[in-house]
Amino acid sequence: MGFLEWATSPWGRLVPIHIAWFLIWVAVISGFLFFVVHATYLRYFAKPREFAGVISPAVAVRIPEHVPRHSLTARLFHWIMAASMFTLLFTAFLPKVGVQFPWVTYHWIAGVVLTASILFHIIHASFFMDFWAIWPDRIDLRDAWRRMGRFAGKREPPPDKFAKYPLENKLYHGAIIAAGLSAIVTGVFMMSRVRTVFFPRNPYLFSDMTWGMMYVLHGLAGVGLIALIMVHVYFGLRPEKRPITKSMIFGWMSRDFYLKEHDPKRWVVETSLSPSSSASDSKGLEGRGLTDAV
Amino acid sequence: MASPQIRNQGTIGGNVSQDTRCWYYRSGWPCYRAGGNICYADTPEGRNREHAILHADRCVAVNPSDSAPALIALDAKFVIRTRKGERVVDAEDYFIGPDIDITRLHILQPGDLLTAIRIPSTWAGAQFYFEKIRDRNVWDFPLMNVASAMATSGDRIERIRIAVNGAAARPLRLKVVEDAVRGKPRNAATGEIAGKLAVQGAVPLQFNAYKIPLMRNLVKRAIIGIGTGAEEATWDS
Repeated sequence: MGFLEWATSPWGRLVPIHIAWFLIWVAVISGFLFFVVHATYLRYFAKPREFAGVISPAVAVRIPEHVPRHSLTARLFHWIMAASMFTLLFTAFLPKVGVQFPWVTYHWIAGVVLTASILFHIIHASFFMDFWAIWPDRIDLRDAWRRMGRFAGKREPPPDKFAKYPLENKLYHGAIIAAGLSAIVTGVFMMSRVRTVFFPRNPYLFSDMTWGMMYVLHGLAGVGLIALIMVHVYFGLRPEKRPITKSMIFGWMSRDFYLKEHDPKRWVVETSLSPSSSASDSKGLEGRGLTDAV
Repeated sequence: MASPQIRNQGTIGGNVSQDTRCWYYRSGWPCYRAGGNICYADTPEGRNREHAILHADRCVAVNPSDSAPALIALDAKFVIRTRKGERVVDAEDYFIGPDIDITRLHILQPGDLLTAIRIPSTWAGAQFYFEKIRDRNVWDFPLMNVASAMATSGDRIERIRIAVNGAAARPLRLKVVEDAVRGKPRNAATGEIAGKLAVQGAVPLQFNAYKIPLMRNLVKRAIIGIGTGAEEATWDS
């Protein structure tokens, strides 16, 4: 049982044609195993979270009741990307597990929507948001080391509170970039093999071997995304993460959650706004680089 | 339909369930239909004279059955024995295109068996039409064929079912044509309309553009009823 399907080309060359489809189930089962292990660990073994430092009341009182986190533009991008991603996964893999329907057109249209939304996001994040907020910094790496040490029972100092995004968020974002861009780039080329409104069909754009590797990479990225999306949804539904999930719907998180998890020095939202400020204030904040990285 | 030797050994179930004649596929090339990721026929250099002009989806192979369109026109029911029990489907639902499953031409799953084909009496006494175009003047697979069942009242078409094969990966029931000609006189003008409607959306490949006028004329002739004593039709290019 190999991980790839191979075929002999008309020129007698052995070429890969796509991944073995049992990898779909490997991804799904891996996702479920992660849920079980993680939920069991948190329920029975995890110690209460502990952070270094104390936020002074003088700082806390200046934090608005609703801390702006995601602008409307960022939220729209996220949900459009989510809809297209789910459409892509369902149209790609349901037919492989026996649910037959005409999937190709839906798949490439969803792929075009995803590609356009990602292009928009790259421009938006690069020029209109705090680009570096989503990338791990030195403190993240130091705190990751401390957290691993404490997990292993060593006497490490507690980590700092998070910046706008915890390291786990940042690493997940990196994994999505790798899998998503792999699927998008290969998918755009693969569109030249089906009839679309964009390109004239040209199945001979690359050699059989290159096409085969492209299909393999597309498939690996696809099954990787199954597991990644499952994990993302799992964390989005976990009780302790719900304030973050709600912030992707309403645009803000509560002051209490902000003060509990985030370091005002690393994620600056201090404003002159009154404590009753709401998400509608985010427009003013965004222009000063105080909101939204992704 | 088929040579006497094949007719004496084969079954009607085998005829409707036979695989495509696309030679890239038949030659064992790793095309979509064989589980691969390319259609060798749908390329600028591909030999695609016999391939699809309608409903192609990556694969451009066509269904080669002669009996399939006739059974669709007769509103036949296919009885399938599956692991879960017996299942009866309309003839037109027995066939599937590459958009649904690119590796099969019909809905039979491994372990399923087509055990019977039932032809209802709905069309008893109606007028039937079948015409097939093939390359050789002997037994051969169709380039295209057409079948219709028609009930008339005077010169008016009262009821009709019409299907073609060889145009797509599955035999096509032409519901748009049926709706358009119902209630109209059975004459050349109606046949002309029917032929034009039948080929709407057709996309020819490099070497099979001839199939568009072929299909248009076959449908026109079926509506008029060439050879049945009705009005004569000419072939339009």
